[in-house]
Amino acid sequence: MKGSFRDVQGVRILDLSGKITIGAGDVELRRLVEEALAAGKNHVLVNLKDVTHIDSSGIGELVACFTSVKRRGGAMKLLNLPPKINDILQVTQLITVFDVFDDEAEAIASFAG
Amino acid sequence: MEAKLSLFSAYENIELAEKVLADLARSFMDEEGIYWAAMALREALANAIKHGNKLNPEKRVLVTIHLEEERELRITVEDEGEGFDPSQLADPRSPENLLKEHGRGVFYIRHFMDEVSFGRSATGGSKVELVKRLSRRST
Repeated sequence: MKGSFRDVQGVRILDLSGKITIGAGDVELRRLVEEALAAGKNHVLVNLKDVTHIDSSGIGELVACFTSVKRRGGAMKLLNLPPKINDILQVTQLITVFDVFDDEAEAIASFAG
Repeated sequence: MEAKLSLFSAYENIELAEKVLADLARSFMDEEGIYWAAMALREALANAIKHGNKLNPEKRVLVTIHLEEERELRITVEDEGEGFDPSQLADPRSPENLLKEHGRGVFYIRHFMDEVSFGRSATGGSKVELVKRLSRRST
């Protein structure tokens, strides 16, 4: 997995691509979220547009990151879910846990509310 | 058509097994069908490497991929661990489990494949068998 970040209107946007899978992608996701929290950014938007695969370890890491951001008084939301990643979140009903957006501006605005 | 792989217990080998499956299945299954079968294989292999062999590089995982045209894809994954009881697995969709970090792998395997069975490998470890029934061009 490749990951980079942008800060837009106080929101840390993580642009991820490739595979969020055991042993590599999941570790990188955790590192990016920990880095955001260490920088005082607790409004995190995870852009999954170019993510091709996510396994149960990647899903577990998404959930763990969601919980740790929330524990710090912030929020983590998802942007641009590809259909297969959406299916994977649907199967385990995690789609009900995350706020999911298709529009970046709308997602950023939602953190202010 | 059949492929047998004997892999060291390293996550990097999941990519290798996935590639072998994709190469083998390309003539028999469409892209969508291969994608979900490969996801099931990933989960089974990750379990074997992590929970079965506990990442011990001296322990092997044996993967057999068997394809019968217009009939079925059958994958077995065997580890050298101590085996496990799948009946002890909780439903990851239950409200009390929804935000747990672990416990979704087998649930996903069951969702992606048509038949899943668990048993013991020759060494006493776990053996999981995954079956996807194929039609003329299966999804």
